[in-house]
Amino acid sequence: MNEFVFFINNVVISGLTIGSIYALGAVGITLIFSILRFAHFAHADLMTLGAFFAFFLTAMFPAVGPALGLPTAFVMLPLAMALTALAAVYIDKGFYKPLRRHGVKPIVIVMASLGVTLMLQGLIRMFMGTSSRNMYIDDRKGIHRIELPFDLANRPIVLTDPQIIIIVLLVIIVIALHLFLTRTRLGKAMRAMSDNPDLARVSGINTDTVVKVTWIIAGSLAAIAGTMLSLDVSLKPDLSFHLLLPIFAAAIVGGVGHPYGALAGGFVIGFAETLSVFNWAVLLRPWRDFLWFDLPPTLAFVPTEYKITVPFFILLAILVWRPTGLFKGKVL
Amino acid sequence: MALFEATNVHGGYGGMNILNGVDMSLEADEIGVIVGPNGAGKSTMLKAIFGLLHVNEGEIRLRGESITNADPVALVKHKMAFVPQEKNIFPTLTVEENLEMGAFIRKDDFQHMLDKVYSFFPPLADKRHQPAGELSGGQRQMVAMGRALMIEPSLILLDEPTAGLSPLYMSEIFERIITINKAGVGVLMVEQHAKQALKIAHKGFVLVAGQNRFTDTGENLINNPEVAKAFLGG
Repeated sequence: MNEFVFFINNVVISGLTIGSIYALGAVGITLIFSILRFAHFAHADLMTLGAFFAFFLTAMFPAVGPALGLPTAFVMLPLAMALTALAAVYIDKGFYKPLRRHGVKPIVIVMASLGVTLMLQGLIRMFMGTSSRNMYIDDRKGIHRIELPFDLANRPIVLTDPQIIIIVLLVIIVIALHLFLTRTRLGKAMRAMSDNPDLARVSGINTDTVVKVTWIIAGSLAAIAGTMLSLDVSLKPDLSFHLLLPIFAAAIVGGVGHPYGALAGGFVIGFAETLSVFNWAVLLRPWRDFLWFDLPPTLAFVPTEYKITVPFFILLAILVWRPTGLFKGKVL
Repeated sequence: MALFEATNVHGGYGGMNILNGVDMSLEADEIGVIVGPNGAGKSTMLKAIFGLLHVNEGEIRLRGESITNADPVALVKHKMAFVPQEKNIFPTLTVEENLEMGAFIRKDDFQHMLDKVYSFFPPLADKRHQPAGELSGGQRQMVAMGRALMIEPSLILLDEPTAGLSPLYMSEIFERIITINKAGVGVLMVEQHAKQALKIAHKGFVLVAGQNRFTDTGENLINNPEVAKAFLGG
């Protein structure tokens, strides 16, 4: 039973948490791709930027969270989202829009987004330094231990505040995004523009507004993902390097251009990571007498420090066997 | 005042002109048909009217107001609609969502227009919640025309509405075009099926090499032996 609890803590909860974070990043990438037809490489940096905005706000008003019984960075999240959305809109205005107006090939804008990556990383390091930071300033991470009512289980299920928040937030976001895309005028216009940008223009859809809304959504979701990940672990300036590959893998696995595919892709990548670094020896230990081999103390598919290779291999596999992704998206 | 007038229109892609001085005019409630050989600039003319390619010389007016090189969104606000020849629907959106996108600029209640479009194109009414991409070619064309009608246009531009359709569907689409026109919508269309199209046309424009070769009523063009021999297959 303890082994099962260990599995829940290390695979189910971790997978749901990291999967939610990847999903939020991947939805942003997929939305930007469907509307603007380019792979936005600076997306992970928007996530980092969002986390830094949240950190900055937390540092300014550290007492707000404890007063409300919530992590301060979470209370500051709406403001951080607004700032990140604003930054995303202006990054588009300053760097991508002039290129679009000249009618350049998408690859040129992809390169521009690499430039934006480097710029944002430089800016973040310039203002915040290179050390990793704790998002909790006047408060502490709430950790919940849930004791199971079984005699055999003497270990608790462990959940942290940020884990609960991100999973709940993701459910709310999925419902909100679905309603937005299927019920509202602008959401439908986004889908229309993804389907056929020329016809959208001919129909009188204001494509500039649709582009702006896309950046606002992508930027806000990036801020949520970045902040919650930093709350759960810690805030590092090189966060984006660890996020870039998994979120792109998630978007491609789900089928580029499919918001729901991106959500599914996020969880595929998240669970693949947690399952492959999970120490299976723990689960096998109760049956060690029946095994034909000696059970080593650790038995994982991939050592933790090579976790990043997992999304890489999933990405390769998908590109080789099913390049349109699970949900038949566009080919990048 | 004519609903629509184009005088001496020159235009094309890059520096190259495809249109070398096209003149057209259309009264409200008229159907105008542009015919001519391949590469004559028929579709190019429609795109030039709708601001999708640059007019280098000449003027285009809608109700006397110059709309030369106006932005498509502005033209939609002027109650002009365009149905491209290809890729003229949003395939993953439902039929009804396609129609709603046609009404994107409308802030008022457009339910009556939805009803009207379904009465123009009854086959669409049953399929309103189906993705438009799943429909047959003829029905897609109906979705495309319905989408354009949502702004209650005074002029609708149709680029080869019967391209790739079976003869049965072709006459059905022509019938719808007459119905739409009778409801008070000016129609300017490009057609490969020149003879059938000129039959329903009040005005016909035969373009060759980006210039008007013949401009007359549809009936006169059909009866003109020179036109018939060169452009209508005898």
